[in-house]
Amino acid sequence: MKSILRGAVAALALTAAGSVAQAADLKACFVYVGPVGDFGWSYQHDQGRLAVEEHFGDRVETAYLESVPEGPDAERAIERFARDGCGLIFTTSFGYMNPTIKVAKKFPDVKFEHATGYKTADNVATYNSKFHEGRYIIGQIAAKQSKTGVAGYIASFPIPEVVSGINAFMLGAQSINPDFKLKVVWVNTWFDPGKEADAAKALIDQGADIITQHTDSTAPLQVAQERGVHGFGQASDMINFAKDAQYTAIIDDWAPYYIERVQEVLDGKWHSHSAWDGISEGHVVMAPYTNLPDDVVEMAKATEAKIKGGWEPFTGPITKQDGTEAAADGVRLEDGAILGMNWYVKGIDDKLPQ
Amino acid sequence: MRIELVKRKEHSGVMALLSPVIAVGSTLIAAALIFTLTGKDPALGLYKFFIEPLTDTWSLQEIVVKATPLVLIACGLAVCYLSNNWNIGAEGQFVFGAICGSFLPILIPDFANGATLPLMLVFGALGGAAWGLIPALLKTRFNTNEILTSLMLVYVAGLLLDYLVRGPWRDPGGYNFPESLIFSDAATLPVIGDGRMSISAPIAVLVVIVLAVVLAKTLKGFEIRVMGESPRAGSFAGFSSKRLTIFAFALAGALAGLAGTMEVSGSLNQLLPTISPGYGFTAIIVAFLGRLNPIGILIAGFVLALSYIGGEAVQASMGVSDKITSVIQGLLLFFVLACDTFILYRLRFVKSRKSAGVPEASHV
Repeated sequence: MKSILRGAVAALALTAAGSVAQAADLKACFVYVGPVGDFGWSYQHDQGRLAVEEHFGDRVETAYLESVPEGPDAERAIERFARDGCGLIFTTSFGYMNPTIKVAKKFPDVKFEHATGYKTADNVATYNSKFHEGRYIIGQIAAKQSKTGVAGYIASFPIPEVVSGINAFMLGAQSINPDFKLKVVWVNTWFDPGKEADAAKALIDQGADIITQHTDSTAPLQVAQERGVHGFGQASDMINFAKDAQYTAIIDDWAPYYIERVQEVLDGKWHSHSAWDGISEGHVVMAPYTNLPDDVVEMAKATEAKIKGGWEPFTGPITKQDGTEAAADGVRLEDGAILGMNWYVKGIDDKLPQ
Repeated sequence: MRIELVKRKEHSGVMALLSPVIAVGSTLIAAALIFTLTGKDPALGLYKFFIEPLTDTWSLQEIVVKATPLVLIACGLAVCYLSNNWNIGAEGQFVFGAICGSFLPILIPDFANGATLPLMLVFGALGGAAWGLIPALLKTRFNTNEILTSLMLVYVAGLLLDYLVRGPWRDPGGYNFPESLIFSDAATLPVIGDGRMSISAPIAVLVVIVLAVVLAKTLKGFEIRVMGESPRAGSFAGFSSKRLTIFAFALAGALAGLAGTMEVSGSLNQLLPTISPGYGFTAIIVAFLGRLNPIGILIAGFVLALSYIGGEAVQASMGVSDKITSVIQGLLLFFVLACDTFILYRLRFVKSRKSAGVPEASHV
């Protein structure tokens, strides 16, 4: 009797093993805050997902949920993936932080990667990119190209990542033109083409002839194209939406990171960490410089090279808006100060929402 | 040739019962068609969308979690709509209720004992009621349009919440990110089962039962219905339409505020800039789908929640776009309303223009 049972168990185990061998080695799942068709933030993450599929072929299966609002629905979306057998889950918006941590507690064997947050656990890593490096470069270009000396900035939420982007842009601009003006409009959304376009129009009407954005749609650039001013693509190369208006774009290239982390899970070498890489590591890429004179392109490339050489845009002297010193001459801001930034640099024509 | 809708003299009782069935059937056919057109297996799609969520305890619990605030808010809205008070601002009452319910765990986190949760729920309900009373008083005092004022207050409440979590109520240890601190266990609703379902679900069912009895069996229920259908007749009976407006808005606000507090305490555990994916607006659909009847609302809330969970299931497992799932949700509502229309009206094809203008014809 015992031997029959043992035989049955062995047969079951065999069939189970057989079915596992047929399936992929790992299911990697992605939760997006916007639609994959935003041609910005979520689109770039999805490009990373597609790169994972292409790189690993049948070994890795992927799935995604798009337009998952930050809030009560996020936890359900993440838990669904954890239950559906995903071994690695990327949650790609700041607002997914606490839901990710909560679900991770329930599923200790599943690995989680949360973008742009600050909470980690044994099975939760965070990753982010030094977008502010690209912002410094486009700030320099803006100051070189602007005739009115005023740029408009469409900002999403006053979280440190966005604030440090505004400051880096301003520092870049001031390195060319110390009197450069920057107007900021807060739209309180990551993706709302209508609102973003309205903000762009308002900024142009206030004299801005350079538009830049920390929101995810192509609408501001399309407005720039219509109104004959210029701007920069956000997250993705948006040149197809603004052939004459885009100078360059700060591209978030998540593919190398996603491939690396999937590989580590496959090899059993995945560990939690807080990744924060930029232009040097190829996680932030500048789109081809277009509609620009040669000397400006050369300047931009020189700054890119300087950053690749280890230079940090947040190097003093940096003065805060209230006149106090943030960093003395030659002193580099600490990573923590950049990641938790809640003050403006001097010269920005806006009061930071507090 | 043109098509007219003609009011039926008698309504078929059989069809009234069959209409939801026909509506769901039509939705299934249309959804199968959409799946086929987008190159997905229609049988698998329908199974994942409508059946699979009902077969698994986790997704069943998630449906209940999603339906709970919708049902609670819709119950209050039903009282408003039955009594001819057009409260469109439940979303704002939900948010303001959540703010009032949260000040205790955020501002006095050390006050953590058995009284914390009951107090939070009471404050939440009072806050929601207070927010609902603003359009009610504006209506009874100054005869303002409550549709406009209640809707506008949604944005006021949203911006107030936004201000609080970015400013005074921001978690001091949160790197300046716009979130409040996480509630203590004493401020968290007890969970039932192994998922995220909390005691808010039985509370919602209790509200449904109480409201069903009140509407069907009590003088107050009679007053609500009479004042909605014929305020003049009601005033002869000594009912005051102003008092009823205040009562309906306060009740709807209290239920929305309670739902908001329970959502924050039971599901989010903290205040965030957005705490509702539009519950207050979706609840309007739930109220009407449930024909302003508490039991109907319970069913409608469950069906609508199923369509959300099922929609996510087909997205996650079959790679269907979220646009397709919203189209299917929209179709479900469309067919329900269309079937209802045909209970009250019949189609008539009119050959030429001359025969038009029949007195009983009514155009919709």
